[in-house]
Amino acid sequence: MIKILTKIDGINNLLENNNLLEIEFEKNNIIKIFDELKDNTELNFNQLLDITAVDYPSREFRFDMIYILQSLTKNKKIILKTFIKENENIQSITNIHKSADWYERECYDLFGIEFINHPDLRRIMTDYNFEGYPLRKDFPLTGHTEVRYDDLEKKVIYEPVKLTQEFRNFDSESPWEGMENNLFGDEKSTGEN
Amino acid sequence: MKEVELNTTTINFGPQHPAAHGVLRLVVELEGEVVQRAEPHIGLLHRGTEKLIEYKTYLQAVPYFDRLDYVSPMCQEHAFALATENLLGINVPKRAQYIRVIFAEITRILNHLLNIPAYAADIGAVTPFLWCFEEREKLLEFHEAVSGARFHAAYFRPGGVHQDMPEGMEEKLFEHFKTLPKFIDDLESLLTNNRILRQRSVDIGIISKSEAIEWGCSGPVLRSTGVAWDLRRSQPYDAYDQVDFEVPVGKKGDCFDRYLVRIEEMRQSISIINQCLNKIKPGPISIEDNKITPPKRNQMKKSMEALIHHFKLFTEGYRVPAGQVYSAVEAPKGEFGVYLVSDGSSKPYRCKIRAPGFAHLQTLDHLSKGHLMADIAAILGSLDIVFGEIDR
Repeated sequence: MIKILTKIDGINNLLENNNLLEIEFEKNNIIKIFDELKDNTELNFNQLLDITAVDYPSREFRFDMIYILQSLTKNKKIILKTFIKENENIQSITNIHKSADWYERECYDLFGIEFINHPDLRRIMTDYNFEGYPLRKDFPLTGHTEVRYDDLEKKVIYEPVKLTQEFRNFDSESPWEGMENNLFGDEKSTGEN
Repeated sequence: MKEVELNTTTINFGPQHPAAHGVLRLVVELEGEVVQRAEPHIGLLHRGTEKLIEYKTYLQAVPYFDRLDYVSPMCQEHAFALATENLLGINVPKRAQYIRVIFAEITRILNHLLNIPAYAADIGAVTPFLWCFEEREKLLEFHEAVSGARFHAAYFRPGGVHQDMPEGMEEKLFEHFKTLPKFIDDLESLLTNNRILRQRSVDIGIISKSEAIEWGCSGPVLRSTGVAWDLRRSQPYDAYDQVDFEVPVGKKGDCFDRYLVRIEEMRQSISIINQCLNKIKPGPISIEDNKITPPKRNQMKKSMEALIHHFKLFTEGYRVPAGQVYSAVEAPKGEFGVYLVSDGSSKPYRCKIRAPGFAHLQTLDHLSKGHLMADIAAILGSLDIVFGEIDR
């Protein structure tokens, strides 16, 4: 199986790791690769399990796009990965896997990645008229707005988040661990005499 | 140009409707009483679990999994525990594996004991609810006995389980599962040959083999079409390779087949539990590495090192080597997966949860097209939708 996979155009890197194949591929070849993975009888990756992204704000190629596929006949799972920049978009694979529809919508909703040729790219998880992309690392955990029912106006209103206490993110990294033992005189304690 | 008059009615089903199984808003386009289009609007229960987990240690992330699919809590902890263990490169002791399998199967029975009567209630039967809830209560007592909580157990932790089963638990379980098959027979006598149930579910919401695979279906929905696919069998985890069980499949993939598959799965679960109870032996219930699992309370009274380990584990948490992993379990609803990315710190960098219900609800438009409005309730019930996991 690995031999066939490496022959496919646009596949760069292949890693096998406890019954799970990890593959990096070229973004521009996405349609061809997914067609091949699904239709090649030796591979037959017929079920798309998930599409997601991972955000690395400091990198030039900000997002890792992750596709998880499963072959029911070969009993194998693979993770496909490609890299895209912040304002780049990627081809939708809804024509190959129907289930990609909602997965791509979710990815668009939470990361702001646009999919070309998606039939109905709308927000799915967040509130109607929501702004921002919550799973990006620069989106605050507490969000920007909060809702409540206003008794005077007799409706639900949106307000900026007011916290009685700021969200505290503790840095528990210990400064002690991993320190080189280079204090003067200490070498005697581990020395041979 | 010819003018076409559209004679459709659009109605809003939910978000507050007892047959919507939670907060589902469904925009249904009807022509007369026939469904033309059903468009689910989800996300009304979105709590940002994945975002929250990025700010918690691995141990603190465990309880979030109970709150996803809140009727099958332990199976989801299982997926997270397996993913974390995979990244840590550890193997849990035999006894912990058996305990996990036993409780994963109890959870499966609990889930089906809720889904089946809820489905029956959607199409008109009330009694099964009363019957099943009594049985559920008895099973929940086992949850309570091991973890202290009936639902939000946080029992399966990376490295094993939280604590050992109390003394005499094996016998109690064994005694209880002697009586449960009788209950399932009774339940079946009430439902399986019931004329109303059959009229409302046979040939309703049919999905074919290839469509089910195409749409990413798993669990009973996929098996009802005749695909014998079960992760417990094909990609066994923990002690599932030690037990012998059958994978029930349906023929047509309609609502009735999904119901039958669930009934049979409960019987298989009982058989799995009994086999585990015969094979389980005393021993450690979590790995004995205090860098990952906390030390015993009585050790902490005497040992300075144990105290330090305890403090470090519950403030910083353990660090997990950098890497990525996807672990899936056969949850009662289907394939529940966790895609975990670690950057080497004590908090997950990214935790994507693959919920089976998300894929199943997506097929609703396809399944309900051409059916009557009342069938939507039946189809929804048979897909086993729980919004905790879909909206996350």
